[in-house]
Amino acid sequence: MLAYMIRRVFQSVIVLLVVGLVAFSMFRFVGDPVDNMLGQERTQADIERLREQLGLDENFVVQYWRFLEQAVQGNFGLSYRQGRPVADILVERLPATLELALVSGLIALIGGIALGIFTAIRKRGIAANLIMTGSLIGVSLPTFLIGIVLIYVFSVELGWLPSFGRGEVTDLGWWTTGFLTVSGLKALILPAITLGLYQMTLIMRLVRTEMLEVLRMDYIRFARARGIRQRSIHFRHALKNTLVPVITITGLQLGSIIAFAIITETVFQWPGVGLLFINAVQFVDIPVMAAYLMMISVMFVGINLIVDMLYFAIDPRLRVDRKGGH
Amino acid sequence: MKKTILLTAALLASTALSASAETLRWARAGDSLTLDPHAQNEGPTHTLAHQIYEPLIIRDMTGAFQAALATDWAPKEGDPNVWVFNLRQGVTYHDGADFTAEDVVFSINRAKTEDSDMKELLTSIVDVVAVDDYTVEIVTDGPNPILPSNLTNLFMMDKTWAEANNTVEVQDVEGGEMTFATTNTNGTGPYKLVSREPDVRTVLAANDAYWGVGEFPLEVSEIIYTPIQNAATRVAALLSGEVDFIQDVPVQDLGRVANTDGLVVKTAPQNRVIFFGLNMGSADIVNDDVEGANPLADVRVRQAMSMAINRDAIKQVVMRGQSQPAGMIAPPFVNGWTAEMDGSTQTDIDAAKALMADAGYADGFSIQLDCPNDRYINDEAICQATVGMLAQIGITVNLDAKPKAQHFPLITNDQTDFYMLGWGVPTYDSEYIFNFLVHTRGEERGSWNGTGYSNADVDAMIQSLASETDLDVRNATIQSIWDEVQAETMYIPIHHQVLNWGMTDAVGIDVSPEDDPKFKFFSMN
Repeated sequence: MLAYMIRRVFQSVIVLLVVGLVAFSMFRFVGDPVDNMLGQERTQADIERLREQLGLDENFVVQYWRFLEQAVQGNFGLSYRQGRPVADILVERLPATLELALVSGLIALIGGIALGIFTAIRKRGIAANLIMTGSLIGVSLPTFLIGIVLIYVFSVELGWLPSFGRGEVTDLGWWTTGFLTVSGLKALILPAITLGLYQMTLIMRLVRTEMLEVLRMDYIRFARARGIRQRSIHFRHALKNTLVPVITITGLQLGSIIAFAIITETVFQWPGVGLLFINAVQFVDIPVMAAYLMMISVMFVGINLIVDMLYFAIDPRLRVDRKGGH
Repeated sequence: MKKTILLTAALLASTALSASAETLRWARAGDSLTLDPHAQNEGPTHTLAHQIYEPLIIRDMTGAFQAALATDWAPKEGDPNVWVFNLRQGVTYHDGADFTAEDVVFSINRAKTEDSDMKELLTSIVDVVAVDDYTVEIVTDGPNPILPSNLTNLFMMDKTWAEANNTVEVQDVEGGEMTFATTNTNGTGPYKLVSREPDVRTVLAANDAYWGVGEFPLEVSEIIYTPIQNAATRVAALLSGEVDFIQDVPVQDLGRVANTDGLVVKTAPQNRVIFFGLNMGSADIVNDDVEGANPLADVRVRQAMSMAINRDAIKQVVMRGQSQPAGMIAPPFVNGWTAEMDGSTQTDIDAAKALMADAGYADGFSIQLDCPNDRYINDEAICQATVGMLAQIGITVNLDAKPKAQHFPLITNDQTDFYMLGWGVPTYDSEYIFNFLVHTRGEERGSWNGTGYSNADVDAMIQSLASETDLDVRNATIQSIWDEVQAETMYIPIHHQVLNWGMTDAVGIDVSPEDDPKFKFFSMN
């Protein structure tokens, strides 16, 4: 078990380092930060001086090594754009993204499971067919369009919900939360729906398929034959067996909700890390881009690592195999 | 904590005092990059700084000079190399300290340091001397008739405050340390900083001790500034009443905003002209299909290209009426601009074809056009329209549109032969255009001249402008340089951009050509 864990952790670190290297090799294609940092009156001498100061004249491997050297000491440098420490900015922006991801994750999970069960049980009903057709829209419409349509309907036409920002937030010292104020909660609704809609339709379709599969199984047929109530069959026997793959998918999707919050955050001017990243790309703010990409890859690699460990813990066959040395 | 309570109390007191407490919620696409007034020479950064800090002289909302921290200024009698500024007395900073001549000396010297982005505007300054508490002499390396126009974004900081907070130096990003002035302010301006989260929200409150109380409307007592990047969201926020005032209204939404009850759109020409640059200097160019020659080196080809572009069509179709076709690369308020030169371009496909044939390119050629896609209003669409127009005279244009961070280095590194550029003139004088766009590229001047154009006579004329004190002679030189630029068709002007501000009908203000609202001029009904 220990050897397996060490091996997996080691592999994860390698993956992280490679991701970082690829990221750094891409940065010079994003553009030249010096152009944004100096005004239009700058001279050639200014450009060269700054480029040298920032180490941009070095090749990307050297730049990457410097970044790593600083990063292991917890120093991610100063943002070229804001002139403030990158670590501070990330800590400041992360709560907004995590709260948004959490709420949209919940919407996706609860809505997806409920609708999935409904469409599986009433698979020939009109409502179920409408939902299935509607879910195609959810899967195929781009996020920014959904966001704009929601803003148009609920902010501009009806005036119920705010079109941008996070509303009033409460500062807990180490975390800013929008959960404690009315305006904060109202501001969450539209972006959370926008971000969660795709995941919700995905989960719904998955639950439906799994459920239909399970409902055809022999033990369900026998349960019916024994005269057990429909309700009990659907929710106790069938649903339980449906949920295993759903939970695996949801865990993996949580990572992508955070990573794909970029578009939703841009549409709603949501002050999270996604918006920060977009701004950084436009400005070629290399320290922020590097730190963000590292953060996202740590998150993905971490989730995968945990999932792997869980499989190992759950699935006895894996352990037997290893011991057998096949 | 104590500080916040005090601040809140002070705020409450100030709002209670002013008879009409009016909050203005303001949104634009970008946020200020830093609160340090000398660290960035960039529009949104200066706009925010103008509410908190003040320069010696400002431009009012029409673009004209207005006394700010200096009451009057003139060249010194008997010494043309010196400008004398008389300072306003009785001005205090937000922390209560007095504004005096030593602050001016300190601020100008600070802005001249290596890490300052403002230093290029001050290169002619040799020395700044405080004659007494309220008189400052600025010594230049020769007569500099347009020095005042270089000072309109040069903000004054309190020397004592800067020293006490260890922020004498402008922030050096690579230095690793964040300076106090990046996140804190102490200006003399009409508004005080209450709170700020970069990219999220900045709150300003009226400064009741401002020297201009009674002189300016000052009807906005609180400003809440939220950058909203996405244009559709920004317009939605105005339509739904969540903000009162927005800059950068997208042209396709102007009608929508203007037709909504309670909202108005105000429009004015911006201090920015859009044009194409052509690599005329190289013997052969890389991005075309002509071997061993540079078609752009022939003035007839450049003229033909200019004639083939239908500026009115671009205005009507691409810009939805929101542009002013241009014939020269100077905005109309700039010294040296003439209606005659600006109206000199007309579309004539037959004449253009004849010119192409004369130049030996009757069958045309193909070339790459480099264009930004996130810098100017509808920049990529203008380039697309140009592709079609140049095809009419046989020029096949391959359009390559990129984000600005990738586009501008092409121009400064000589990697493009045909490119789009926009230019604003903060000094309102042609010299600024010539220095950057016309002079031979070198250490001091010509940094944005990607055309390869180099003419020693023109360079000499440009250099003479910096120290010519006889305005008639100077203007005559400016005219001769323009004549040369126009005759060479060095650049192909497209249009002057038009600015649009959307606001509720309670807000009373006209659009400024610099796109920089100064809220002390705003009235609120």
